[in-house]
Amino acid sequence: MTELTKFTLSEARNALHKGDISSRELTEAHLNAMEDAKELNCFVAVTAEKAMEMADNADAMIKAGNAKGMTGIPIGMKDLYCTKGVHSQTCSHILDGFKPEYESTVSQNLWDDGAVMLGKTNMDEFAMGSSNENSYYGPVKNPWRAAGSDKDTVPGGSSGGSAAAVAADIAIATTGTDTGGSIRQPASFAGLVGLKPTYGRCSRWGMIAFASSLDQAGPLTKTVRDAAIMMESMAGYDPKDSTSINIPVPNYEAALKGDIRGLKVGVPSEYRVDGMPQEIENLWQKGIDWLKDAGAEIVDISLPHTKYALPTYYIVAPAECSSNLARYDGVKYGLRVAGSSLDDMYKKTRAAGFGDEVKRRILIGTYVLSAGYYDAYYLKAQKVRTLIANDFKAAYEKCDVILTPTAPSAAFALGDKVDDPLAMYLNDVFTVPASLAGLPGISVPAGLSAEGLPLGLQLLGQAFGEEQLLNVADVLETAAGFKHKPAKWWGDAS
Amino acid sequence: MSIDKDTVAKIANLARIEVSEKELESTVGELNNILDWVEQLSEVDTDGVEAMTSVVEASLPRREDKVTDGGYRDSVLKNAPQAEHGFFAVPKVIE
Repeated sequence: MTELTKFTLSEARNALHKGDISSRELTEAHLNAMEDAKELNCFVAVTAEKAMEMADNADAMIKAGNAKGMTGIPIGMKDLYCTKGVHSQTCSHILDGFKPEYESTVSQNLWDDGAVMLGKTNMDEFAMGSSNENSYYGPVKNPWRAAGSDKDTVPGGSSGGSAAAVAADIAIATTGTDTGGSIRQPASFAGLVGLKPTYGRCSRWGMIAFASSLDQAGPLTKTVRDAAIMMESMAGYDPKDSTSINIPVPNYEAALKGDIRGLKVGVPSEYRVDGMPQEIENLWQKGIDWLKDAGAEIVDISLPHTKYALPTYYIVAPAECSSNLARYDGVKYGLRVAGSSLDDMYKKTRAAGFGDEVKRRILIGTYVLSAGYYDAYYLKAQKVRTLIANDFKAAYEKCDVILTPTAPSAAFALGDKVDDPLAMYLNDVFTVPASLAGLPGISVPAGLSAEGLPLGLQLLGQAFGEEQLLNVADVLETAAGFKHKPAKWWGDAS
Repeated sequence: MSIDKDTVAKIANLARIEVSEKELESTVGELNNILDWVEQLSEVDTDGVEAMTSVVEASLPRREDKVTDGGYRDSVLKNAPQAEHGFFAVPKVIE
């Protein structure tokens, strides 16, 4: 049965469509692998019964000739998506027991296409974190360890459970969400492909909000082709999200033409940050060479406000978070801690229900929005955000896509940065600028660090330029030829 | 602009999060570290720059102003920690 869990999404789809395998056996194999990989803590809820029911429906869909790309594919859903009657808590204590009465649009799109839900994946509470150590349900262990080491590493965050699950071959693909890098950075740490589409490409309806002007849904997959297939299913206009854009969803897989001759790839000098490890610098150069060899033209570009992206993000995102998270008050859903008055109940509930990082961001957000500081912090940040977006607009006059590293390091050890919020924030230095500008980005596994841990390269595209982005990513993936898998140390290691 | 214990207590009250005296001490340091760091934005010249209000260039869709959905009282109340007579129930607010 192990072979069934080695399938990429596109391989599994082809085998399902040809009738070589059934979704039932594919789903069973993944459920067994999940059971074996419990110590990785990828899933906070397993929906085995529902999965088998969905698998049978998918098999019927295929038999009836109605198969789509995602039909019969067992996937993990990040705990941030509302799934009807199923655990949906963004891994926060404050949403204890919450089982939504409705389905998020993105998950509904996937189920409509016949995808199978294995369960809900672990994450940093409210998607705030870069290591998955901020989950109420405990940290996720990255299947990857440094060569010869038995020390646990983090899978990145906030979509850490989603990343680890695909890396460990216990889900064929997973959904993530990306606010400042929460799909791309874990993809880099776990040797996967992670795609954050353009803001507005996916509906945010039913996604538990963190920072509404930044949050986007996207897939974590084993290959670029897989990402193309899954993105097509997830994307689309939704009248229930006023920021989703009403333009047709292309056939992304058809965009993978393998030809990037004449394409202009921008390389931003400002991403050569101080203290960047030599091996990241080297990998970036390799990426440049690969794309050049494939016929692309390399263009030096400048994104002058890059260094201000992180501080801008750490004003805008906490501000939106403090406002979004005001709804958790012990009245409508989740946890309630009794108090002597209504106000006291609010305060006690929120003190007990939110973790340290979430509280920190609510407090920062409340401060920067408070009377007397709004102009100095929030308004200033939104102006710098305009300048960051303008940088990209100017750059795309000169190039089609941009190539950068995904993260400034490989996966670090569990516990290493947990006491230093600022050091943790710096993980997102390369992913945050595009988030602020609403642009699509994809991380592609490109090599191993000296320690034997995966490293990703990031490609950034133009607004709604996912087809071109995926096409270049596919060429980069082929050139990099990353075929490494983590050595299995968990569960029944044989 | 560094903040002190009283300011943190004030913000925590605005955010309706109970913070103990001990937590207050450590929070002051943490928040000041973050605020010192974001302070670097002040060196950016933003004169005449418009603040971003929309990430993608699109105008908000309009629709007719009529009720098209709703009437899910029981569903809405289903996840409430306490619901009575078709309402959310909260501690007494009027003596």
